[in-house]
Amino acid sequence: MSDATPPRQHLGPSPWRILTIVISVLVYAFLLLPIIVVLPLGFSSGSFLTYPMPGLSLRWYEELAHNYKWLLALKNSAIVGVCAAALSSVLGVSAALALASLPPKARALAYGLFIAPLVVPVIILAVALFLFFSKLGLTGSLAGMVLAHTIVGAPYVMISVNAALQNFDTTLVRAAKSLGASSWGAQRLVVFPIIKPAIVAGALFAFVVSFDEVVISLFLASPEQVTLPIRLFDGIRDELTPVVISAATIMLFVSVGGMICVEALRRRSAKARGLQES
Amino acid sequence: MLSMSRAKPCAIERAEEAVSGLALPQALRAPISRYGLLLPCLLFMLGLFVWPILSLLTGGVHSPEVSQALPQASRAVLAWSGQGQPDDAAFEALLADLRAADRRAVAEAGRRLNYEIPGYRALILKTAARAAGAQGKVGLIAIDPKWGEESYWLALRRAASPITPRYLLSALDLEVRPDGSIGAAPQESAIFLGVLGRTLWISLVVTVSCLLLAFPVAYHIASSTPRWRNLLLLLVLLPFWTSLLVRTSAWVVLLQDNGMINSFLLRAGLIETPLRLIFNRTGVYISFIHVLLPLMVLPLYSVMSNISREYLRAAFSLGASGPRAFFKVYLPLVWPGIWSGTLLTFVVCSGYYVTPLLVGGNTDQMMSYFIAFYTKQTVNWGLAAALAIVLSLSILLVTGLYALVGRRQKIVVKG
Repeated sequence: MSDATPPRQHLGPSPWRILTIVISVLVYAFLLLPIIVVLPLGFSSGSFLTYPMPGLSLRWYEELAHNYKWLLALKNSAIVGVCAAALSSVLGVSAALALASLPPKARALAYGLFIAPLVVPVIILAVALFLFFSKLGLTGSLAGMVLAHTIVGAPYVMISVNAALQNFDTTLVRAAKSLGASSWGAQRLVVFPIIKPAIVAGALFAFVVSFDEVVISLFLASPEQVTLPIRLFDGIRDELTPVVISAATIMLFVSVGGMICVEALRRRSAKARGLQES
Repeated sequence: MLSMSRAKPCAIERAEEAVSGLALPQALRAPISRYGLLLPCLLFMLGLFVWPILSLLTGGVHSPEVSQALPQASRAVLAWSGQGQPDDAAFEALLADLRAADRRAVAEAGRRLNYEIPGYRALILKTAARAAGAQGKVGLIAIDPKWGEESYWLALRRAASPITPRYLLSALDLEVRPDGSIGAAPQESAIFLGVLGRTLWISLVVTVSCLLLAFPVAYHIASSTPRWRNLLLLLVLLPFWTSLLVRTSAWVVLLQDNGMINSFLLRAGLIETPLRLIFNRTGVYISFIHVLLPLMVLPLYSVMSNISREYLRAAFSLGASGPRAFFKVYLPLVWPGIWSGTLLTFVVCSGYYVTPLLVGGNTDQMMSYFIAFYTKQTVNWGLAAALAIVLSLSILLVTGLYALVGRRQKIVVKG
């Protein structure tokens, strides 16, 4: 950032500054407090979701670990997430590499097509896939869920890798070729190491997207394919118990942990390309 | 680093290329690898995204059930003028179709015909079951005297055409009257314009609230020292990264009738009876703002962090008051962030499904709910598709208006 020094000249007179700070602090509290206040209730030894807690215990987490339904949901979420992330990476990376070699107009068009799944209202995508997959017999199968999650996951990999390729110095490839590398060799030895952090970040992002996805899953999953978000959805609709809250806590750590890694990788990738962090 | 350690593998590559390069000249290889990379993604997108969505949306106007199950009868009634009774050939064609068609196709056609006249499904199934023994017009009317009524034939004629406007019309609270004119649908089924209005209204309220709350926050982050910036950004990003359902469950625990906020207020003696904070519009607004606020903060912040302080300093040194400097200098500079933030929030909000479903009441459901409802509950796919068309078109319209406003505003800023 060009003006990294703290501004001494504030927007308007100081009452405005105070108001800005007051609103900001209230908004931070509004954003974070619900999560911070509610999730510890999963560690309560009582079965009511209120404070004060009668005591601390891991009983709800133990119940979670012994509940067949929650374990099945965790297993399904993990399988679908990992498979969708892997498939998203293959498609996203090849899409980004292909985009880089297209002429500008075709590139803009293809880019628009590839990110379209993120723009279409998710309910429309969910209903469309539900009707389409019913014809193919893919509803109620993990394979169908993986394909569906790949549709919304692959664009993130593509965006991530595409950004890494934006400031990519193509003379490096030419240099490699002039030194005798084949075009595949140049890709593998020059391009790949530079975009590797972006690929990992994109794949992680795709995993988190799949891990949190609920609307499409609600349409495609039969009871055998229930994922964690669907169990949570049912929990909210039926009855919120400390078990549900403890499952929510685990989900929070998985997705926030994943996203922190994504962010760290993004910064490293930007630094590797000699960009200021943005 | 690149030169020395990579040089050796390159020599090997070169040797490899000397062999493989014989088959494919360099000039040909580049386009092949380019399309070889593009093709799988393109096929995947076309097959699993574009095609399903197009076939969903065309389902809103394309309804071939009747013309597929009853092809001869469809041709006969479409050739009929619609005045008086159709000729005897139509009766015979219907019987012939019903004898030949399989039960599932007839049931599908019956479902479609039932939208025209309630009870038609039962009529067609009953007729299909007895079609084998019946002959001609007399035989058909003997199965059920309704076949002697003109209105049933007119309904068949409306459903016989594979392209139908009826779903789109009912998504807009209109209907085709028996005489062929288009008019307002009866009160009890004319709910969709209200739902569309509600969807847009909720999205508007949420967008404006998010803008008002996000603006000071984004400014606060952008005007902090770099060390603080990352920390404050994290405060916004952490909830953004948290699963929607985790956040929703937290709000339910807080807001429900016997939830934390109500029990706190009751214990403190501030209220006598629990406040209704969830499963109504209040709950919808609170969770929507919570979910979408980061989406507004981030674009505002990214614009604000690139605005040099010199502009404001210049405005003050030229004698501008605080508000004047804000409206004349700062706001136009932040405009791109406001533009993209509000558009993003509005579009995302208007397509939401899960949040209103979990924290709203019956009168807070938006378009998405009804699309899902007609897909899964009543299996009226035509209407679900028509509602999907209306939702997509409204979102496109808003985006288009936005593009226009954005362009005009830019000219104003320049002038």
